[in-house]
Formats: sequence, structure tokens, C-alpha cells
Amino acid sequence: MTDGFRSPFDIETPEGAEGWEEMYPYYVLFDPARRAEEEQRFWFYNGMHFPEPMPAFDMITAESCYLSIGLYQGRVFSIPTVLGIEHRVVNGYVYITSNEVTDPDTIAQRLETFLPRIGFYYENWDTLVDRWQAEVDKRIAELSTLEIPRLRELEDEQELIHDHKLGSNYRLMTAYDRCLHLYNELNQLHFELLLLAYGAYLTFFQFCQSAFPDMRLQVMAQMIAGYDTTMMRPDDELKGLAAKALELGVDGTFAGGRTPEDVLAELRESDAGRAWIDDLESRKHPWFFMSTGDGFYHHHRAWADDPRLPFAAIGGYVAQLRDGTELARPKEQLLAERERIAAECRELLPGDDERRQFDEMLGLCRHVFPHAEGHKFFIEHWGTSLFFNKLREVGAVLAEHGFFEDAEDVFHLNIHEVHEALSDLGLAWAAGTAARGTLYWPPRVARRKEILARLAQWTPPPALGAVPEVISDPTVQLLWGITADRLRAWAGGAEAGVHGYAASPGVVDGVARVVRDVNEIGTVRQGEVLVCSVTAPSWAPVFPKISAAVSDIGGMMSHAAIIAREYGLPAVVGTGHATKQIKTGDRVRVDGDNGTVTILD
Amino acid sequence: MHVVPFRALDLDDVALVGGKSAHLGDLIQAGFPVPPGFAVTAAAFDAVVQQHVDELLAGIDTEEVAALEQKAEHVRAVVESLDVPQEIAAAVAEGYRRLGDELNLAAPPVAVRSSAIAEDAADASFAGMQSTYLWLRGADEVLAGVRRCWASYFNAEALAYRAQHGGAAGMSVAVQCMVDARVAGVMFTLNPVTGDPSSIAIEAGYGLGVTVVGGEVTPDSYLFSKVTRELVRSAIGAKEVECVAAAEGGGTVVREVEAERRARPCLEPAEVERLADLGRRVERHYGRAQDIEWAIDRRLDEIFLLQARPETVWSQKPKVAAAQSSLAAIVATFTGGKPAR
Repeated sequence: MTDGFRSPFDIETPEGAEGWEEMYPYYVLFDPARRAEEEQRFWFYNGMHFPEPMPAFDMITAESCYLSIGLYQGRVFSIPTVLGIEHRVVNGYVYITSNEVTDPDTIAQRLETFLPRIGFYYENWDTLVDRWQAEVDKRIAELSTLEIPRLRELEDEQELIHDHKLGSNYRLMTAYDRCLHLYNELNQLHFELLLLAYGAYLTFFQFCQSAFPDMRLQVMAQMIAGYDTTMMRPDDELKGLAAKALELGVDGTFAGGRTPEDVLAELRESDAGRAWIDDLESRKHPWFFMSTGDGFYHHHRAWADDPRLPFAAIGGYVAQLRDGTELARPKEQLLAERERIAAECRELLPGDDERRQFDEMLGLCRHVFPHAEGHKFFIEHWGTSLFFNKLREVGAVLAEHGFFEDAEDVFHLNIHEVHEALSDLGLAWAAGTAARGTLYWPPRVARRKEILARLAQWTPPPALGAVPEVISDPTVQLLWGITADRLRAWAGGAEAGVHGYAASPGVVDGVARVVRDVNEIGTVRQGEVLVCSVTAPSWAPVFPKISAAVSDIGGMMSHAAIIAREYGLPAVVGTGHATKQIKTGDRVRVDGDNGTVTILD
Repeated sequence: MHVVPFRALDLDDVALVGGKSAHLGDLIQAGFPVPPGFAVTAAAFDAVVQQHVDELLAGIDTEEVAALEQKAEHVRAVVESLDVPQEIAAAVAEGYRRLGDELNLAAPPVAVRSSAIAEDAADASFAGMQSTYLWLRGADEVLAGVRRCWASYFNAEALAYRAQHGGAAGMSVAVQCMVDARVAGVMFTLNPVTGDPSSIAIEAGYGLGVTVVGGEVTPDSYLFSKVTRELVRSAIGAKEVECVAAAEGGGTVVREVEAERRARPCLEPAEVERLADLGRRVERHYGRAQDIEWAIDRRLDEIFLLQARPETVWSQKPKVAAAQSSLAAIVATFTGGKPAR
């Protein structure tokens, strides 16, 4: 290797995690047979989406996304300078690289296809968003109603003989396949419009940067952001439920950290309580499909399945309402500020041509913003929660037949191994014997749990391989904020202090609360500085409580950045290692203007 | 007309009183806080000096750099000793008396500064070639200051500059009431380093602004965003010395600033904001970026504008052409890689 980061082939396996490679398909592993090629490329840790080591099955979330990103960038839109994104797993963590096109002739050729294709999209955006929504709705509906057949002692006479249905073993395999397909199809849709929305953002940002060299990216992002996004809706429902609790006089039930079960049990005792439960039921669908994570891990359950987060949030909102705090986001004020900033910028541009372009670009960005934010609810939350829950049903069938102790164990098999297990089960059930998998899988699942626990203690380096010549991929620049400066900082090793992106302005001193996992979110106290690996949209309920946010991972348009700006909290995102450098209880100064976090004592 | 109060001037009077006084008059008429004063017009200069110019400049070759300074010095001595007609001397004395009446002071301290008559004040930047005499009191001192300003028309640099660029066609003098500045400095309504028009750059030091303008101190610097209305950056300069009114005998003295004051910013954030707002208003008034001298009065705690002129460096840079369409701009985004090292 000429210069740059550590070779992906020189990374040691942490003690006790030996054999981690067996969890994953061969094609996501670095291969010594193509070492020369692979270590000459620039790989960066995609901690923004995959902050934890990947359970075997959950690799589908990465695979499914990169199937689609490459499809659209490389093969559909024919983006001149970039093909797709490749991913690899190192010690359970996902590293990615963008496949750049450098040959000028190829770039010129691709440009000719690119223009009419993206032109069509931008010109027909609204129609295409409607088409997109219809396609997504169809798949969500199918996933919701998809039947995962059980394998019974005897097949039903009516079904098999008179209705001539396929056997349960066949149908089980088909249903699993259908789940995978529907999830992949949702992810194809995931990137159809999103990449173009990001392209619009980035163009606007670059325009602003050339007109206003001193302007921070967060100010540009602030001009785009709308405040009635689909992603805010679940949180708004929680606020509504808190208000309802006060209105019905059952707010006392939410006091003091009780479990959702205890709260519900008490509410069932009274008419008012039952009325509140009715209100909950009427508001739940589909908003409680919100995942407690970002929609990339099976264990980030939907609110409906793990009500601890929404109930804790409702409790917090109830307390705020009792104190007389206004829960509604200061929408009018935020929109007025957004308009004021845009008007100032517009006025400061040198001429009418620039003003025309500014108006057009800003208009386009605001036009695509609702989709760019809102898609997450449909794909990463609703669709993905349904998908993982269907897999739980598959896992339950396998568990019923002795493959696992717990249906959840199915997530320790990768997608191909689930196929094998279902073949195994289908054959054994048909033959009337015990499946081989009942002996094969339990020790492997146990070992994989142990490996994941070991890998969770390991800190993945931010980058591997060579330093790239150019970064062409707009999403890489925008989402991961990978710039020449960032690469230099990474290559230079650990800097003193905690540095990241200045995502939301302001300076705050406060006591840190390090939250590694969404399940610990209940520990956050009023006024603390949230220090987390990555904040998912479902973390919104914690934002009214905190005084500032710091994350290991994230760019300017990441969710933490958007929400923090909305709540007017200082935020520093993409620090790399804040959760390891800062301890709960540390007094820290978060400087959201300059992107630094200082540990004060 | 030999003497005109600032408040009676506007931009149509550039040929009579030069860009500096005309702008001050215009700012006063627009309601900006500008210390009162009056202009000794180009007509006065013409009456006293202009008739002798050819004769004075005879035999001076601006190419002969070595000899130029010496010859210019001689010319200036001659100019300072020229007879000033009674009518003009009286007009200056009367102007000064009225200024005193206006301020309710018998002998208000004033600054006397040259204000060149240029074809286009925006283009011909005479920075550093203008003379300023601070804290003069009494009609005699003021008239002496006016003479010295007239003489400065024959500074070697000014002679050489005019020979090369043409431009100045006479000289007016601005007589302006002094601001007893606690803090003073300059302000650009864009970032002079990056050209960013959304930034306001302020440099500030203690005492009169002359130390900042003349580069005698490392000033504090502040960068304020017009868009977010935040102080984006600030740096505390050493502010080694300050120029203040002399305790006795008129004029000014330069003295060291004690360590404690040097170590802290000389402007409060709220003052930066007030200054920036004022700068933005001046910029809006003229519709282009401005280079402003300002001072904060020690007792009144008020900001005064001492001078405003168009910014000339970035304002003349060619602009990057706007793209044909948003789509073309987006295409450029997708096709243009960013160097990674």
C-alpha cells in the first residue's frame, strides 16, 4: 500500500470472536485472492447506518440497500462519475466504498444517458412520488397480510385435496422468499427518488458555498428543512396522547418510571383509562411501526412491539404539560426564521441571474425535502418492522420444530442459511423425521451470540485501505460528510478532544449521558447532554429533555442534525468516538458552532 | 461657495467637496449617526492653490523617484505659505463657529481631513494618500489644518499616483467634529478575505481609529453573519497602543494599553451586533458593499460613522456565472468530483 489507512487484511480478530466470518456470505468478506485490488481502495466504516456488529440475518439490510443504490446510480441514472457502493464486513462491522468512474470517455458517454433520465425525474417529481407511494403501499399491504404457514401433523383436507393448495412445507419456503423479495423491492424503491433529492441538496449547498464562502452547512440545511414531515408524526402522536391523559385525568398513572404493562393494567381499571387506551389504539396505526432504531437491525423493535420508548416519552410529555410547558414545536417561529435567512441570502446575491438560480434550487430542495425525510418512515420503519416481524414468525416455526429455543434465534442465521434451514425442515417434516438442524443450529447460534458480544467491544477504525484521489459520490459527501479534511483527520490518528460536524448552532455546558443503545434512552435526565453512537428518528422524544446532542456518526442531513436544529439544540455529529471518549457524568461543553466537544472535568 | 455644512451635502456634490464629504452629507441626510462638520470646498482650493499649480509643478518629473520627494516637500511649503483671501479664511472661521454653536461648545475639537475630488471615488482609491489632522481646536488651528491638507495634494505619492492614473482634479477638506473614541476601527460589509457578502468583518482597537487604519496595532477582529445574525468568529488582537486626546495643548498622543485591557476583547458581542446592523444599513442604502470607519464615543456610548466608501476589491471581481438551469447545476454536482487530498 502506498499511503493511507490500515489494510483491511491487517485487522486482527478480537479475542473470543474467532470464526466471525462464518456468519456472513462469502461475498461480503475481504478475499486474500484479490488482496492487491481490495487494499488499494478506500473503505470507510458505515457507522451511520450500521453502528453495531451485524447479526448474521441483519446483513440483508446492507445488501438490500447496496443492491439498489448501485442499480440506480450505476445502471439506471447512469451517473457519469460513479457506479455503485460495495460493502464488506470486518469483525462484524460494515465498511463501504464508492465505485468511481475515472475514464473521461466513459464519463462523457454516461453523461448522455444521464441527462434525459434524471431530467425526467425532476420534471415529473410529484407524479413520480405518487407512483412511488402506491408501489410502497402495495408492498407494505402484502407484507402485512402475508401468511407464514405452520407445519401441522396432518395437512387440511379442504386445502390440499379440494382447494388444491400447495403443501405447507412448500408454502413456508415460498412465504420466506416472498418476504425477502418484498423487503428487497421496498429497498429498490428506497433509493429511486432519494439519490436525486440528495443531488438537489448538494447542488444547492455548493451554490451557497460559492456565493457565501463563510456560510456554515447547517445554515444552508436550515433553509431547506420543512417542519411537517412524516417522520415527526409519530412523536406528535405521543404528545397528543400525553394531552389526552391530562384531559381524561389519568395523567397520574404515567408518573414515575412504571412499565407500560403496569400503566396499561391500571388504565384498564377505569372508564377514563379505557378511553385513553381507545385513543392509543386509534392513533397507533401506522405510527407505532416507528422503530426504536434506524431500521437496520432486527432488535430495534417497533414501538408497537416494545412500548417502553413511547410510554417513557408520553410520561415525559405528561410531566412537561403539568409544568405548563408548551409541547408544540415552535413551528411558526422556525418557519419565519427559515424565511428570514433565505430572504437575507437572496438579497445578498450579486445579481438577478444568481437570485433566479437560488430561488430555483431552494424551491427544488424544499420540494424534494418531504420525500427525502418521509421515505424513512415507510421503508426503514413501517416496511422493515413488518419484515422483521414476519421473520419472527418464520423463526417461531423453526423453533417449534426444535431448531432453536427462541424464535429470535433465527436472526443468527444469514438469509441463505435460513433457506437451508427451511429446506431441512421441509424435508424432515415431509419424511417424518427430526431435522438435522435441530442438532446443527443450537450450538452455532450460541457461539454466534458470543462472537457478537465480543465484537461489540471492538472499535472499528473509521477507514481502511488507500486515501482516494477524488470523492465523486454526492451521497458519500452529503450523508457521511467525507471530505479531504475529514480524511486527513482520520489518517492523522486521534486528535485531542472530540471533533465532528457542527450540525446545529449554539454552545452549551452540561452533564453527559452516554447512551449506547436505544433501550437505555430512559436513563436520560432533563438538561443532560446526550452522547450516543447514532440517533435514529425514533429518538425524537428524548430531544425535548436534553440540552445538546453529540453523536459518533452522522452528517449534516442525518436525523440527529435535523431534529437538533428543529429543537434549537447545539449538536455535534460524526465525531467518530464520542461515546468512547466521554463518560456519563462528565461535564462537557458542546460547541455546535465549531463542531467541538470539550470535556471540562 | 467655500464652506458647506455636511448636512447640506449629498452625492451630487462630489465634484465640489469630494467623495468623503459628499458621502458624509448623504449619510446624515439618510439619518445615520455621523458627527457634524463642514466641507471646505474645491472652490476654495481652486481660489487659493489651483491658479499656482502649473507654476508649482513646473520641472517636476514624477518618474524621477529619488528627487520627487524633495521637490514635493518644497512645493508643500510654498502652498502652506500662500495667502488665503480674507473671504475664505472668514468662511472657515464662521463654519467652525457654527459647529461650536451646534454642539454648544466654544472650541470643539475637530478632525481635518483631505477629501480628494476624483472622477469616481469608487475606483480611484487614495487610501494612505490623504491627510488627517486630529483634535484641532480654534479657528486658527483649523485653518492651519486646511492649509496642510491643501499642501498634501502635492505629496510625492499623490503626484506619482495622479501622473499614472489621472483622477483627482482638486481638493476639498472635511472638518469634522471629533468623536472621543473609547473604541474605534474599520468595518467591511463583506469578508475581505473570502469575499463572502453574507459576512461583516470588523477590526477594532482602543482609542481613535487611526491606529487601526494605519496598521499601528494588531486589532481585535470579528466576523458577523448578516444571515444568522451571529458572531461567527472573533480573535483578540494585541492592541498594543491607543491614540487619545492629549491631556493639554491639543492634538493627540499615542500611549501603551495596559495588559489587562489588551487581553480582553474591546467590543462586547452586543456592540458587534449594533455595528454590524449599522453597516448593513449603510450597505443597503448604497446598494453595494461598504468600507466604513467608525468610533464609539467614550461618554455617550454611541456608535458614529466617520467615513463610508464603496468596497473596491471584491466588488470588482467577476462573478461566477450562474448555471443555465437547476438541472444543469445538478448535473455539474453529479459530474464534478471533489479532490480528496
